[in-house]
Amino acid sequence: MASLVGSRVERKEDKRFLTGKGRYTSDINIANQTYAIFIRSPHARAKIKKIDTSKALKSSGVVEILTGEHIAQDKIGGLIAGWAIRSEDGSEMKCPANPPLAKDSVNFVGDPVAVVFAETLDEARAAADLVKVDYKVLKAVSNLSEAMNSEAIHDGIEKNLCYDWLLGDRQKVKEAFEKADKIIKLDINNNRLIPNAMEPRACVIDYNTASEEITCYTTSQNPHLSRLIMSAFGGVAPENKLRVVAPDVGGGFGSKINLYNEEIVCSWASKKIERPIKWVAERTESFLTDTHGRDHITHAELAVTNDGKFLGFKNETIANLGAYARVFGTVTPTYLFGPCATGVYIMPAAYSNVKAVYTNTAPVDAYRGAGRPEATYTIERIVDKAAMELGMDPIEIRMKNFPTEFPFKQTLVHQIDSGDYVAGLNKAKEMADYDGFAARKKESESKGKLRGIGVTSYFEACGIAPSPVVMMLGCGVGLWESAEVRFNPTGQVTVYTGSHSHGQSHQTTFAQIAADELGVPMENIDVVHGDTDKGTFGMGTYGSRSLTVGGIAIVNACKKIVNKGKRIAAKMLEASPDEVDFKNGEFVVAKSNKKKTIGEVAFASYLPGVRDEVKSPLPEGDEPGLIESSFFDPANFSFPAGSHICEVEIDPETGHVKLDKYTAVDDFGTIVNPLIVEGQVHGGLAQGIGQALYENAQYDDSGQLITASYMDYTMPRADDLPNFNLGFTCTKATTNPLGVKGCGEAGTIASTPTVMNAVINALGGKEISLPATAEKVWKACKEMKKSNAKAA
Amino acid sequence: MKTFNYHSAKDVKEASKLASSNSAFLAGGMTTIPSMKLGLASYKDIIDIKRIKKLSGIKVSGKTVTIGATTKHSEVASSKDVKKAIPSLAALAEGIGDPQVRNRGTIGGSIANNDPAADYPSACIALNATIHTNNRSIVAEKFFTGMFETCLKSNEVIEAIEFSIPEKSSYQKLPNPASRYAIIGVYVAKHKTGINVGVTGAKSCVYNDKDLAGALTKNFSSSAIDNVKISSSGMNTDIHASSDYRANMVKAFAKKAVDAC
Repeated sequence: MASLVGSRVERKEDKRFLTGKGRYTSDINIANQTYAIFIRSPHARAKIKKIDTSKALKSSGVVEILTGEHIAQDKIGGLIAGWAIRSEDGSEMKCPANPPLAKDSVNFVGDPVAVVFAETLDEARAAADLVKVDYKVLKAVSNLSEAMNSEAIHDGIEKNLCYDWLLGDRQKVKEAFEKADKIIKLDINNNRLIPNAMEPRACVIDYNTASEEITCYTTSQNPHLSRLIMSAFGGVAPENKLRVVAPDVGGGFGSKINLYNEEIVCSWASKKIERPIKWVAERTESFLTDTHGRDHITHAELAVTNDGKFLGFKNETIANLGAYARVFGTVTPTYLFGPCATGVYIMPAAYSNVKAVYTNTAPVDAYRGAGRPEATYTIERIVDKAAMELGMDPIEIRMKNFPTEFPFKQTLVHQIDSGDYVAGLNKAKEMADYDGFAARKKESESKGKLRGIGVTSYFEACGIAPSPVVMMLGCGVGLWESAEVRFNPTGQVTVYTGSHSHGQSHQTTFAQIAADELGVPMENIDVVHGDTDKGTFGMGTYGSRSLTVGGIAIVNACKKIVNKGKRIAAKMLEASPDEVDFKNGEFVVAKSNKKKTIGEVAFASYLPGVRDEVKSPLPEGDEPGLIESSFFDPANFSFPAGSHICEVEIDPETGHVKLDKYTAVDDFGTIVNPLIVEGQVHGGLAQGIGQALYENAQYDDSGQLITASYMDYTMPRADDLPNFNLGFTCTKATTNPLGVKGCGEAGTIASTPTVMNAVINALGGKEISLPATAEKVWKACKEMKKSNAKAA
Repeated sequence: MKTFNYHSAKDVKEASKLASSNSAFLAGGMTTIPSMKLGLASYKDIIDIKRIKKLSGIKVSGKTVTIGATTKHSEVASSKDVKKAIPSLAALAEGIGDPQVRNRGTIGGSIANNDPAADYPSACIALNATIHTNNRSIVAEKFFTGMFETCLKSNEVIEAIEFSIPEKSSYQKLPNPASRYAIIGVYVAKHKTGINVGVTGAKSCVYNDKDLAGALTKNFSSSAIDNVKISSSGMNTDIHASSDYRANMVKAFAKKAVDAC
């Protein structure tokens, strides 16, 4: 049987998703359900003086209206930050309480204060209009750069500062900078983004009054984690009385990692009103309350020699947490950002200093790439600036500072097991026809257009591990993953995984690897996920971890199955287990034609006997059945890397940036399914390009989100994008048996700096902030024209 | 959405009779329905005029193209007659919204709504359109009176829009990257009787830019526009484009339009 790992198998999910047969949370309806509408703060910052529900309670169809007072009475806990970060001075980070319904104060537009449950959605809406909330409006802190000098939003959190974190050695950096020929300085922003999953958040809660069990169907990337938090911190119900099911999930990009207010409130309320509850976010609610991404202001400095060698690097960043610290909110701008800021380079000295601050805006958390795009943007922009100031080619300066030996100890944390950065950049250079750029630039100029080329080399640290280190750094949980592989008596296989797909095609990829391990056709393998009642436990899907952590747990469970199968086959074939080989789904006794298929062994394991004779195929000590589980905790992250090159053409008359060519060369180690991996790269590129050219979440001075709909928030569209030119190199990961590395975030990480480097290259080095919108580019073109005229 | 009475009018007379100050005519519903869903608008009566056959269709006579009020954008975009008579008008329709919008949205709905960033009003201005209603005919320059405002009475139904066929014309727009409405759209049309430059998106209401038209009357070439000063005063400013940028883009896109004529 040919290996399925490496083949372009069509997605098992396609039929379901492309024919409208997906089953999402909002497709679920429970008999006798009520409908929830949340009443949200229209103010960015206010004290709640009084909530009057009397009129609304009398409105038609209303079942119940609950507020923060009820939450407090029932001692329901709030939302939490998953990582505890310590400041440079040793003090612990400062986090405000974040009750599921605000009782005393609201801190961003959209912060929920009350909830209406009614017989119909229209009745719930009508009643919600009658709930009167009396606010004392306070001055909002909405500007990130002014947040530390503004009034404290939360009691006891001075300067709105959650932590002031340092990674690296200031003294060493100081010494390195003293030796430099030149110091390159760069001030940049990293624009705030709204994740915009196609499926809005939703939950459907079914409380069983007899068994006292709550079932929460929800849009989650990690249902087990949601159950854990809802039980341990929310106090909604003990874990054994709480089932969390995430059926098909239509995209998350990190925004569905968090357990949100609505899931806690509806789960708790369903028990209180003894009725099922359905809540589905409207698009505006998604804009306002899904966790946002990015939002940094950074000052960076790079110390270089005249011939382009890097000596040291400083990264001073202010990161916006929004109103509250959420699950990955505090780690994203620290351990996921700081270490990666020195990029793929030998950097003798470096530090990252991050001040995370609260503002009256939606909470900011992990968004595709989470910290690594911000880090890569910082280093790749300053490396290009260095090349420009030194008069060097951007490829030459990168090559000059790449490590060539692996494992490579990266400056701040990571021990990178494998990679070949030179090969990746060389391949990208060739595929992009880098040498032909000058001719294309000339041609653009003959049409009155500007043309620029941008290069980025990146690495990513994904599949955060190992758990003891993760927990030592402040994480509240370990980041292993579990799997269980079950043979049915008749030979089909069910794989239970703690990873959960929100678009990643786990049902295909995981079936491919299990099929290879077990020698069973892929069609006979089903992958089950997303239900705390099915499978052991799981940490979920984010940070490009599913294959490198969850997939390996499946491989390991399969290996255990094969080992048990060998023992059974040996007994059945009257041989010793050492003599039995397993290949292509068959247990074969060496140097003989005696064999049993794995299906026969599975059958025998469940039906361990024969007629008229007391005879078991099971060796002494082995139990019936063929089911094995595994928890995999990798020894380290996996480190995909690559180089991207793009070209833009700018119309100086309008400032329009046309993305003309895009080449991505990535090293993801072993590729299980090229079709799916290419799809991941395409999607990632679109999102990173979106950040570079289009997307920008903006709040006004009073803290109102002024990009709260698709009329104002610009998503990248198909006609904005060129055909992507993809290439791959392969150095296998040494930290897992498949040699795989994560691929989900790479496109997002590399493409933002690649595009901005190209835009700024076209503008002759003139800095502009993210995103490079037409008007900004047009202004830069005008200034460039002026300064060119002066020079002439 | 608040509850309302739905009426499907069988003819224009019935539609007009049902209308009140608290009603809306429904054609494509591309603005009315989202506004109602978002709670920005509510009506006692919704009067559906889609089933009135007489209101839909395209007729080309020697000098004019007449398009029925409930004719969809996709029908205008794909009409061989329109493409032949006024190709720029078919191209404009092809560039409205997305396929879903073009397959539902209507020309009458677009001009009755008079969104300051809509495409069709600039065509009406540039192509000397006459708007025929159930009780009068109105020239385009008098029809559009302000932001989302027209001279239509509440019981007045647009029946058809009659465009003059120009010698040359082109519509060029800078789309808002998010909504794809026009940040600015410039429709240049050269008629035997004169030149019009219909500008949408720039101000609170579509207008005929007389300065640009004047310069082009003297010399119909994009270089003629170079020396025209376009003031940013009165131009819209939003997160996508400042008034200064808009003023400059009116000029840039007028040049593009002339070059494309």
